[in-house]
Parts: sequence; structure tokens; C-alpha cells
Amino acid sequence: MGQKITIEPVTRVEGHGKVTIHLDNDGQVTQTRLHIVEFRGFERFVQGRPYWEAPVLVQRLCGICPVSHHLAAAKALDVIVGAGTGEGLTPTGEKMRRLMHYGQIFQSHSLHFFHLASPDLLFGIDADPVKRNVLALALENKDLAVQGVMMRKFGQEIIAATAGKKIHGTGAIPGGINKHLSAEDKERLLNGPAPLNIDSMIDWSLAALEFFDDYHEKNKGVIDQFVEFPSSYLSLVRKDGALDLYHGVLRAKDSKGSIILHDVDYQDYYKYIDEEVRNWSYMKFPYLKELGKQEGWYSVGPLARLNNAEFIDTPLAQKEFEKFKAYTKGGLNHMPMHAHWARLIEILHAAEKMKELLQDPDLMEGELIIKGMKKMEGVGLLEAPRGTLFHHYKINEQDQIKMCNLIVSTTNNNQPMNEAVNQVAKKMMTGKEEITEAMMNAVEVAIRAYDPCLSCATHALGQMPLEISLYNGDKLLHKKRNI
Amino acid sequence: MNQIVNITIDGIECMAQKGQYIVDAAKDNGIYIPTLCNYPGVKPRGSCRICTVKVNGRLMTACTTPVSENMEIINEDPELADLRKAIIELFFIEGNHFCPACEKSGNCELQALAYRYKIMVPRFPYAFPQRELDASNPKLVKDQNRCILCKRCIRGIHDEKGRTIFAYRRRGTHVEIGVDPKIGKDLSDDLAQKSMDICPVGALLVREKGFDVPIGERKYDKQSIGSDIEEKR
Repeated sequence: MGQKITIEPVTRVEGHGKVTIHLDNDGQVTQTRLHIVEFRGFERFVQGRPYWEAPVLVQRLCGICPVSHHLAAAKALDVIVGAGTGEGLTPTGEKMRRLMHYGQIFQSHSLHFFHLASPDLLFGIDADPVKRNVLALALENKDLAVQGVMMRKFGQEIIAATAGKKIHGTGAIPGGINKHLSAEDKERLLNGPAPLNIDSMIDWSLAALEFFDDYHEKNKGVIDQFVEFPSSYLSLVRKDGALDLYHGVLRAKDSKGSIILHDVDYQDYYKYIDEEVRNWSYMKFPYLKELGKQEGWYSVGPLARLNNAEFIDTPLAQKEFEKFKAYTKGGLNHMPMHAHWARLIEILHAAEKMKELLQDPDLMEGELIIKGMKKMEGVGLLEAPRGTLFHHYKINEQDQIKMCNLIVSTTNNNQPMNEAVNQVAKKMMTGKEEITEAMMNAVEVAIRAYDPCLSCATHALGQMPLEISLYNGDKLLHKKRNI
Repeated sequence: MNQIVNITIDGIECMAQKGQYIVDAAKDNGIYIPTLCNYPGVKPRGSCRICTVKVNGRLMTACTTPVSENMEIINEDPELADLRKAIIELFFIEGNHFCPACEKSGNCELQALAYRYKIMVPRFPYAFPQRELDASNPKLVKDQNRCILCKRCIRGIHDEKGRTIFAYRRRGTHVEIGVDPKIGKDLSDDLAQKSMDICPVGALLVREKGFDVPIGERKYDKQSIGSDIEEKR
């Protein structure tokens, strides 16, 4: 008799979902799926609304990275109001938005690493579930926990200074931004009392990388061998090949490292990317049209970005990037657990960028908005913390949104997460008589490496849990998690 | 010469000009009586009832009742507070008010009153009416979801020939305010802005203009509704 395992909830991820794992009579894993079982529907209910509401309305998709949606929508509307794409804005407009975005990257990555991922690293995948959380982290490693909380706070302060509020602000408007950086905020964020100043944040970002390096050195099995599979990678890169989280051209590499999407203008994304719907998940499966549904899936996020970028334009992060690239001898890095490493390098990069921008006089004065010849359609892309985020709008003659398409970062990672679940399940559960808590957490650890935001990606409403279930042939062995 | 009359509001002795409406007399004496359908310079209607006070024991609308000698007015007691709160709640449940994405958030009088009366959740069930966005005017967007039918736009906005631009249309629970398609098509930018400003909520929006005033710099971000009047006492 076969078995079906259900893991519910998958914890320490943003959003809701479940994992099912089918085992045959011999205990071999025959099928694994990460199901996202809820639906949200923002694309539908923005229809009919005035287009200028979109950046403020659509950001309500998420409470973790609303800035990403806010800015991606604003970028799409820049095109509609004739301000062009990223380069078209006034220096103040672009730089204020960039500062907001780096604040967002910094806080979201910090949240993920310190609050969600670090308990697995510190206490081990097989630790008591009661212990595998940020509260235990605070009790056992107070300095690291405080560091995580304060880094997140600093990122949120940057967002408040640029968007008006820490969560769901209104800073970006079609064609630019609605405010300058105040002298008080600039002084506070640059030179405020430690640790809430930018130099402390850079120091802590470096310390987090040291922590990871040390852990990596001692736990190669967890970081290197835990899960590994070939994947294509998609991300924005700056036109000169640098890592750029706010604006650039679309680049994709296949699993061997050949460029298969050659730095194309993202206004044409729909020529290269399509989405497949499968009847067991509300999360779509995007793929590169050229490679087709089967082979065209790709990964996005920190690992994809560092795989695609040629260099980083901030010195400290560049040094870390060189170490990162050297680890795979310049080739692609196919180890999803290395996304933690890539994320920490991006934290450092964001901190360096924030320092550069906070010192830039363009943020304190200059024109805020620019507009030009109106268009009826616009696409806005950026690299959200979790990966490439697509916002596409069409409007009618009366300025109402008539079409909205969102491909959210985590959606792009749908197939890679399923691959990771499959590989870990096979490795941990094949032929085992008893499925332990540690085995199920291992599946979650693989999902967690992608820092998924399932509510964003599926537009889900409803209850929180992500569940994992295990089938043995036809027999469902349901394991509902109680944490 | 204006004749002065003596009145009391919540037991406070006040002086007012004879014929002055209670709401204005209270304001001159540093006492805030909430209003929604009332607007300076526009003939009062008393339709929203939010300014209801007790005059010599009877419930009266303060925006349409003139003061008279020795009038005893109660503006603040638990019964009136609950009545006003209920009216605000009814406005919220009767329309589709989604403050987070509304351009008027922070400048909205209904929202400001909800904060003043500490409304967390309405006691009545939401009606979720099906309403449309009328974007046919070249200068203005009329969002029927947010309209509270106060008629401030009908009463306060006129073109250079004195013609009204807005009017009620349809009947019963379907009644709504529409923009006159003929007169409205030549609406000036200035009048479009005035229309948006006179609307206490976000039902009238100037086209292609939104969120250019940052959070924290909007009217009621800086000062809660009525506190400018009360601080004069």
C-alpha cells in the first residue's frame, strides 16, 4: 500500500500552501508537489480603477515587500504618462525611488535571513520544532537576533523617509516621486546614534557574511550538498552587466551558462515569457517561450541575479561577489542553499548603495516629476527581494485600467521550488519506514531557501498554513503540523 | 449693527450674532460641532444629520438652526456621540470606502470623523453595493463608490453663467450624482479642482492627479478634524 504525506503548515515562509509527497509500495517517491491552494485576484479588481491609483492599490498585495509592487506599478505607469522607463525620470525621482527600493531589499532580506532562515542554520534541520524559531534565537543568540531586528528597522526607516510610511506608503507616483529627502532624515540615517546609522548597517552586513562563511565552512553538507539541480536563471542586469535591482534589461542563462535571453527590453517581456496554468495550484508556471513549457522554466532571486550579473558596482559587495563566483570557479551556482549567501551579499550591496544615495544632493532638491506623450500601455519590472517582478497595465481612453498582468517574483520560482521539494523528498524519504519531523522540515528548508512569498504569488486569501502530505500508493497518511 | 444674543453650549456661556446658525456660533466660540454636508459659503441643507445637537431638549441640525436668545444647546453627551458615530458608520457601510488606495485619504472629512469618533468597525453589516466609476468627463472622475450624496458639489459648484454642473439622477437606493455632460465637458481646470476640494470624500477626483501630496503632509495628518476650532478656546 502506498502512502501520501501532507506537510501542513510549511512554516517560516510568507503565505500559504501545502506539499504532498507520494510514495509507492516500495517506499519510492513517485510524485511531489508544492500546492498553492488559495487565490487573490488583484489583476481583476484593479480593472476599471483610474490608472494613477495602481501603485497605491496594488502594493496591498503584500505587507513584506509592498515597496516592490509600489515601484513596479509606478514604473509601468511612467511609461503610460510618457516619462519613459527607468532612465527617463528626473535624477531626484529615480534616486529617491532607488533609495526606497534598497531600503526594501535590506529590510526584507534581513527579515528572511535572521527571522526565518537562521533558526535552521543555528539549531539544525532536525532540531526540536519548539526551538526552530526567532524567539529561541533571541534567547540563545541575543546579539544576532537584535542585529536582525535592528537591520530590518533601519530598512523600514529608509522606506518611511522616502515613501511616507514604513508599510504601504505613497512616495512613487506616475512620472516620479512626491517628495524630497528631508535634511533631518538624511542626517539621522547617515549619522544617527548607533546602531541605527548606515555605517553600523554596513558593519553588520559584513558580520552577517562572516557568520555565514563560518557556518558554511563547518556545514558544507547543509549548504552545498543538501540540494542541487540544474536550472535556467532570469533577472534584470544593468546594460553594462552590473547587478542592478531597480532597473535594467532582461537576461536569462540556461543551465550551462549560455545566455538565452540577450539583454532585452522588458517592455517586450511577453514576447519571451508565457505562463502555464496547472489544475492543482493557483500559482502559475512561467516559462521561456523559446524553450517551451517543459524545458523553459527558470529561477529568479538572489542566486539568479548573482549568476547573471558580471560585477557589482559597490566595492565591498564586489569583493564578496568575487568570492561567491570563485566558489563555483566562475560557473553557474546551482545550489539553492547558496541563495542565503547571495542574499547576504545583496544586503551588503543595498547598504552600500543606501550610503551613496543618502550623500547625494539630488535627493534633497530638484524636479520631482516628469511627463511626456501619453501611452495606453506600460510594463514595469524590477528585482524585488525574491526575484524579478513584472507589472503590466493597459488603460482605456478614459484613464481606467482595462488590463493588468502581474508575474510576481515567487511565481517565477514555482517550478524550481517544486524541483527542490522533489529532490529533498527523494533524498530524505525514499525507503524510510517512518517519516520524521526532521525529514519534513528538510523539505521546508529547501522551500525556504527561495524565501517564497506565496500570498503575493498566488494572490491568496484565507488561512495561513502550508501543509505537507505523504501518500503511500492510494493510502493517505496525513500529517498535519501543529506549529 | 449686529445684534448679540446669549446662548449656552454644553453649559458654557457664549455670545453669538442673532440669526447665526448654531454651527457657526459654536465655531466662533471655539466649540466644534461636526459637519459633513455643510460647507462655508454654501446654503446649508441639514441632510447628513451629523451636526445634530439638542436645542432646549429637542434634536436639531446645528447647520440649519439659527441661534436665539437664551438658547440652551447640548453638543456633547453620550446619546449624541453614539448618534453621530452611527451616522458615520452608516456612510461607511452604505458605500465602498477603501481608504488605503483613495487619493483623498488624509484630506477626507469622513475618514477624519471616523478617527475622531474612534470607529474601529461598524455595527451594521456592509452593503457592498455594485457601483460604477464614471470617467466620462474630460477633467473629473466621479467615483460613485465613495459618494455620500451630501450635495455639496451640486450646491457649491457653478459655471461662469451660474449653472449647476452636478445633479442627482436615478431614484431610491440607486440615486447618484452625475456630471452634466454638456456643461461638464467645458469644465475649467480651476473648477475641476474646486469640485474635488468641495467633496468631503474621494468621490470627485481631478483626472491624472493623485498622491502628489505625501503622507504626513495632508490636512488631517497634521491636525485632527475640529482641533483647529477647539484650540481657539
